[in-house]
Amino acid sequence: MKAFTYERASSPEQAAQMVARTPNAKFIAGGTNLLDLMKLEIETPTHLVDVNSLGLDRIEATPDGGLRIGGLVRNTDLAADLRIRRDYPVLSHALLAGASGQLRNAATTGGNLLQRTRCPYFYDTNMPCNKRTPGSGCGAIGGVTRQHAVIGHSDACIATNPSDMAVALRVLDAVVETVQGDGKTRTIPIAEFHRLPGGTPNVETVLAASEMITGVVLPKPLGGVQLYRKVRDRASYAFALVSVAAVIRKDGGSRVALGGVAHRPWRVEAADARLADGARATMAELLADARPQPENAFKVTLAERTLAAVLAQARI
Amino acid sequence: MKFETAATVNPIDRMKVIGWPTERIDGPFKATGRASYAYEWHDVVPNQAYGYIVASAIAKGRINRLDVSRAKQAPGVIAVVTAENAGKLGKAQRNTATVLGGPEIEHYHQLIAVVVAETFEQARAAAGLVEVDYTREPGRFDLKAECDSATDPGKITGGKSDTTVGDFDRAYAAAPVTLDATYTTPDQSHMMMEPPSTIAAWDGGSLTVWTSHQMVDWARSDLATTFGMQKEKVRVVSPYVGGGFGAKLFLRADAVAAVLGARAAGRPVKVALPRPLSVNNTVHRPATIQRIRIGAEPGGKITAIAHESWSGDLPDGKADGAVHQTRLLYAGANRMTATRLATLNLPEGNAMRAPGEATGLMALEIAIDEMAEKLGLDPVEFRILNDTQIVPDSPSEASDDDPQAGAPTEGHESPERRFSQRHLVECLRLGAEKFGWNRRNPRPGQSREGDWLIGLGMAAAIRGNHMTKSAARVRLDRRGIVTVETDMTDIGTGSYTIIAQTAAEMMGVLLDKVVVRLGDSAFPVSAGSGGQWGANCSTSGVYAACVKLREAVAQKLGFNALDAVFEDGHVRSGGRSLPLVQAAGDGEIVAEDMVEFGGITEQYEQATFGAQFVEVAVDAYTGETRIRRMLSVCDCGRILNPTAARSQVIGGMTMGVGAALTEELAVDKRFGFFVNHDLAGYEVPVHADIPHQEVIFLGDGDPMSSPMKSKGVAELGICGVAAAVANAIYNATGVRVRDYPLTLDKLLPGLPAIS
Ligand SMILES: Cc1cc2nc3c(=O)[nH]c(=O)nc-3n(C[C@H](O)[C@H](O)[C@H](O)COP(=O)(O)OP(=O)(O)OC[C@H]3O[C@@H](n4cnc5c(N)ncnc54)[C@H](O)[C@@H]3O)c2cc1C
Ligand code: SF4
Repeated sequence: MKAFTYERASSPEQAAQMVARTPNAKFIAGGTNLLDLMKLEIETPTHLVDVNSLGLDRIEATPDGGLRIGGLVRNTDLAADLRIRRDYPVLSHALLAGASGQLRNAATTGGNLLQRTRCPYFYDTNMPCNKRTPGSGCGAIGGVTRQHAVIGHSDACIATNPSDMAVALRVLDAVVETVQGDGKTRTIPIAEFHRLPGGTPNVETVLAASEMITGVVLPKPLGGVQLYRKVRDRASYAFALVSVAAVIRKDGGSRVALGGVAHRPWRVEAADARLADGARATMAELLADARPQPENAFKVTLAERTLAAVLAQARI
Repeated sequence: MKFETAATVNPIDRMKVIGWPTERIDGPFKATGRASYAYEWHDVVPNQAYGYIVASAIAKGRINRLDVSRAKQAPGVIAVVTAENAGKLGKAQRNTATVLGGPEIEHYHQLIAVVVAETFEQARAAAGLVEVDYTREPGRFDLKAECDSATDPGKITGGKSDTTVGDFDRAYAAAPVTLDATYTTPDQSHMMMEPPSTIAAWDGGSLTVWTSHQMVDWARSDLATTFGMQKEKVRVVSPYVGGGFGAKLFLRADAVAAVLGARAAGRPVKVALPRPLSVNNTVHRPATIQRIRIGAEPGGKITAIAHESWSGDLPDGKADGAVHQTRLLYAGANRMTATRLATLNLPEGNAMRAPGEATGLMALEIAIDEMAEKLGLDPVEFRILNDTQIVPDSPSEASDDDPQAGAPTEGHESPERRFSQRHLVECLRLGAEKFGWNRRNPRPGQSREGDWLIGLGMAAAIRGNHMTKSAARVRLDRRGIVTVETDMTDIGTGSYTIIAQTAAEMMGVLLDKVVVRLGDSAFPVSAGSGGQWGANCSTSGVYAACVKLREAVAQKLGFNALDAVFEDGHVRSGGRSLPLVQAAGDGEIVAEDMVEFGGITEQYEQATFGAQFVEVAVDAYTGETRIRRMLSVCDCGRILNPTAARSQVIGGMTMGVGAALTEELAVDKRFGFFVNHDLAGYEVPVHADIPHQEVIFLGDGDPMSSPMKSKGVAELGICGVAAAVANAIYNATGVRVRDYPLTLDKLLPGLPAIS
């Protein structure tokens, strides 16, 4: 770990200003991802701006019937919120499928959206990795790739986004709200928030370096049966091999997104319309361009079968 | 004390303290944080500095340049030690690779430098400033690819590398029912909670290390060899060990780095291995490829059995003993086993959780299940049919120099070698009854509950009962307190408690009158903890010392030691009874002795046996396997403490589940390292993976095993479990997987079609 300085902000704009004016600065929220990465010298910020006590820990109703989730709401609190459990159960289920109780107590909405990949080559600083050290090559391609992406990846990077929460947010069409150092705010639809790796896998989102997430807005409830199914090698405390977030509505308007298969939560709107025709038809659209590695080709089959399980469950 | 003939009635048989489910006497210390683990001896020596390890970034090759100048100038740095300035180091007998690498690199994450600084953070930051320029050399990292060049290692733990009895080839060719299958087990990591850690302090030419080690005396002699000093000048303190599973049998980088760092810094230094280093820097269980062939008569009698195994290690390394149990477990007149060792440049392989049997049974006990199915026999009945009270491989093992060895054994010369005790059939029958084995549908893929495919599986278990000498000292003081001192370790197993129970039973006092002090090389040398020999051997050593103490007490009190009864804090003989404490009235009485095994313990094959039963549910859509129930029936001598023994066995069963379902060090065959080198990537079972576990001990004492009549317990718990899970998965799904771990991707192709 590199030595770093630390300060606490008193407002979101001020936090963004602090990060903007100090070279190599970062926000720190729950610290459950950032501190691990700093200990391993994968992230080497020299200044941390603590955003924990800015009053962004509330969940409020929006005028058009949705909810605004503060950027610092803890994953545990979000999953337990009665409105979330009643109106957006897919989000609650997704959160509870992630990490462990202790981690969720500390992890925040903003931090969760920005958590970094679990690619083991990214985690080993002796290995080449374009995401960690741009231009050094991708250590994973040709190596151990069981966990990696099957779609949307590039020759530069085949990592997946490990967040469960983000998959649910994607199926719900959430909107991310941010503020920058000059006080400017903007909203970013979740569909546009995470980038595919392309030639710059180190750039993972559309955020500017000093842009702070202040909240996430959920549109008004979709109803339907909402399910999150996470498949992994052990029963708990593991990242998804494949996950399925689905909102199934009898009257049409069903939706599905996948986790564990790409550099961002994977949703193809055209596939939603095929849900009524079953898992195979849906996957034909959703994973049409899949290009798995030899070790993870099973993910394509697994995704289809997992969706079939979800659809069967939704029918009961 | 020599233990050479079967034990007769002795004070332990009273079982007033022994055999009771006594709670851990060290429990309150651990629960309140007063039990110091290796890194936590903050006060034993002042002025401790912190060492941080720099490990090799390549698997094989050379260091061209190692520049420590920036690290040396970093804040707080006191010293940086590399192979260049470490001085000459010896290589400990039990190490395969050199612990301190450079300029030659033997494996990934090999120790190449230690940076010592005032604080941990400073040491770690400075370690990041060490600059190394390497030349990579091509290495061998793929066991399968190296099998053809593998050679005969000559021996494996527990015997020769190859054995033959009868004529396997002929009998196999003639057998009406045969199986020929190959199984693979992956590299695995111990992943004990406490990382290898050491505090080292020099005092002139004497060295003290507070470390985390299973075998205090091995650590002592390995340190002496490495640093070229007399063993007497080394003191090793390791009273609490946070798990080992075989990883802490050997001298590792934490200890070497701490000692080097302390010498260079001129003050005490502490070093712990960060989690990623505990995979590629230490030892691991090597992967195996195992071929098993079995021939049988239609009625189910095995006529031919062969087990061949390939594993790899660094040059001059060790082979995994996967074939060993196949020499012992089932009858059959014609047999052969063979072991081949390939050279690999992966980190060093060595003992882990029942080395040999754990991997061997993963293969053998699937093969037996497959064979039972071919024969149309119930797997339990097939095993019972081929049970034997005579060691099947005894002729060739017993007649080492006999040119006739391996010839058909019809007749006379080779005396039959028997097991000291073997209740495998009882384990199988009792387990089948208790588990409801008769509810198993012999046709796979038939039982379904909703989306879950349900299956039952079982396996037999065998694990050697090893005996090694063990010494202890016992003191009786003026307050009537009995203090036991031995360098035995407690690696989470319960040694403190069973040793206290042994002393209490022998001296006729309650546990509150017993103090146990362990894990210090200042105490008599014990068997240590490993190979499930610790409990039986160390308590026998304490027994021996207590016999001596009883003699001294009796003499002091004017009793005849032979008929004196030690009970309720008193010593009785004839019509007289005196308080035990009176013997120490004019000063502490100290007795020391060592148990040594021979005679009967060598004439008979010593082993523990068990039966493992498992029920699984496999998700018909996704192939996720969830264990529903587990039962282990164990035949492992007298149980000294049922709570501690059960805890050991359920731990073993849990590790068996890990081996079956998730545990695999993923090898990068280009860079030559284990990629998933942390607890996120290397998945051991979590609570949610483990259901209710039941353990039944047959509980018979084995008088041929020791005066305690006890045997090894812990490692039996893992043996056979992974195969039982694999067999249950087969029963649930009809998918036979022969490559561990049985992850869902291997099941998917055979699962029911989805609509
Ligand atoms: C052992 C383990 C297991 C896990 N398992 C899972 C799992 O199964 N599923 C899953 O989804 N997740 C899992 N996680 C990840 C966990 O969800 C994330 O670590 C957590 O959500 C990150 O939130 P945080 O608040 O701690 O972020 P931090 O670590 O504080 O920050 C993460 C990143 O976000 C940035 N950041 C934080 N807040 C803001 C903000 N408001 N605006 C702008 N930037 C910000 C930081 O600068 C940093 O780059 C696991 C983590 C661990 C350690
Ligand atoms: S997949 Fe991406 S994160 Fe992993 S090594 Fe390649 S570039 Fe790095």
